[in-house]
Amino acid sequence: MFELSSEGQKAVKKELTRYESKDSAIIPSLYIAQKENKGWVNSEVIKHLSLIMEIPESKITEVFKFYTMFNQKPVGKHHVQVCTNISCAVNGSRELAHHICKELGAKYDQVTKDGRFTVSKVECLGSCGTAPMMQVNDKYYENLTPESAMNILRGMK
Amino acid sequence: METKLLTEFYHLDEFRGLSGYKAKGGYAILAKALKMQPQQIIDEVKASGLRGRGGAGFPTGSKWGFLPKNNEPRYLLCNADEGEPGTFKDRLMMERAPHQLIEGMIISSYAISSKKSYIYIRGEYDFPYECLMQALEEAYKAGYLGKNILGSGFDHDMDVYRGAGAYICGEETGMISSLEGFKGQPKLKPPFPAVQGYLRKPTIVNNVETLAAVIPILRDGAQAYRKFGTEKSAGTKLFSLSGNVVKAGNYEVPLAYPLMDLINKEGGGLKPGRKLKAVIPGGSSAPVLTAEECTKATLDYECLAQMGSMLGSGAVIVIDDSQCMVDLLGVLMHFYHHESCGQCTPCREGTGWLNKITHSILEGRGRLQDIDLLLRVADNMKGRTICALSDAAALPVISFVSKFREEFEFFVREGRSKVKGTTYAEMHH
Repeated sequence: MFELSSEGQKAVKKELTRYESKDSAIIPSLYIAQKENKGWVNSEVIKHLSLIMEIPESKITEVFKFYTMFNQKPVGKHHVQVCTNISCAVNGSRELAHHICKELGAKYDQVTKDGRFTVSKVECLGSCGTAPMMQVNDKYYENLTPESAMNILRGMK
Repeated sequence: METKLLTEFYHLDEFRGLSGYKAKGGYAILAKALKMQPQQIIDEVKASGLRGRGGAGFPTGSKWGFLPKNNEPRYLLCNADEGEPGTFKDRLMMERAPHQLIEGMIISSYAISSKKSYIYIRGEYDFPYECLMQALEEAYKAGYLGKNILGSGFDHDMDVYRGAGAYICGEETGMISSLEGFKGQPKLKPPFPAVQGYLRKPTIVNNVETLAAVIPILRDGAQAYRKFGTEKSAGTKLFSLSGNVVKAGNYEVPLAYPLMDLINKEGGGLKPGRKLKAVIPGGSSAPVLTAEECTKATLDYECLAQMGSMLGSGAVIVIDDSQCMVDLLGVLMHFYHHESCGQCTPCREGTGWLNKITHSILEGRGRLQDIDLLLRVADNMKGRTICALSDAAALPVISFVSKFREEFEFFVREGRSKVKGTTYAEMHH
């Protein structure tokens, strides 16, 4: 059974009164829960949120499934998201994503055997002037080359 | 040449913090505005000719004028969802000058008599979010937010809301749905948000750059602002220059600036040996221009509209002669299909088919009639849905196919790219 830590529960309670309507707390609470559940959300997590937020599970599930930043399956410790939209694409981002996968022995959207990485191709992250780029968890890494990207990833614990 | 009404001090790291911002005149315009009548501010913004900088280009003062004339609570919602591919200017503004946005928002809120505003920022913008939160805290401590701001009797609260990865939330009614705690699905207009928006209360949704632009307008006056640009496209604008260009980045230039000057002077031109093939002038939804069209294009609302494209968010995406247009259309169609909210059938199904047909051509399974099928599907998607995403997907298809048809025909006939000489699988493993 998933349960938020007491700090997590406190944070959710705070979100419940932060905005004009209670439902606005769903997205921020999903972020809090995802962080505590190793980067993804499942039905257990939603059940727990429903209980402490007093919002129906169906309502939380609907929101959860709409937004791509909520992961519906496990991700590695480092979620590597390579932008492959147009400005990055004309600067070699798809080749970069392929290179990263090959070097890490990863398949797109699957956790590597050692549990450390998940590589995904994603849509525009607003980093078009510094293409190609990747987002690893919350952080942007820009102006990458295949070599510099791998140096960054290899340096991650 | 760059004309920096907004970005003059962006190179200074200290401009991000309150003391650095104040040292360059920050919050002085707020003090001035609070001594004016709200209607005077609205009139000044109207007179300036400022148009929405997020993409639609709607006159800002007129939008504010749509609010009902009563005492009903109303909201200001800042659109910082910046998801239009090629656009990265709002991110720069929030990272380099969060107080500028906050000041612009307090002034705008005072003008429209709003006691509460939100900045809806896309979820991926973690660092800009941190910059905003820190700036908000500073602004509250200094008395620029909260009760009785600078002794004016005006109360205002501001908060930030993080999205969670959905392009459609950049559409104002989709954004309102999202802020209300729902899926970010757009709503039918009318009622327009100014009449019935967030929690069914009157709501004004303005882009980051639009709200910041209120500061130079009040500082220098509407007439001074109008000295830049044209009658219908007044002032300066930030352009996000990206793609196959030497110095990609954000550049603030007067509207009606020649497109080729932006690429060659500010952007340092193309890489040695490369030739310009096409430019998408206003974010991925704007119809593509050929190299020849680019020589005549100026960056203003009316010129680009006359050329059948649009200024959009000001995202200028440069494409050189090494790029395959079929391949790039595949990238865009994948995007629109992924981002369709699924509410309206023409968009949900149409984006799916456009993506499938483009990729079947790319994968060597295309038939010649598929090229016209793309045009037919796109045509059926225009003007038939709740929001503009469907049109935004259809327009690039129509422009790519009609302007670069021989590349599509070659791909169908030969099963490989005319430009790259290779198959799709060879191009991208």
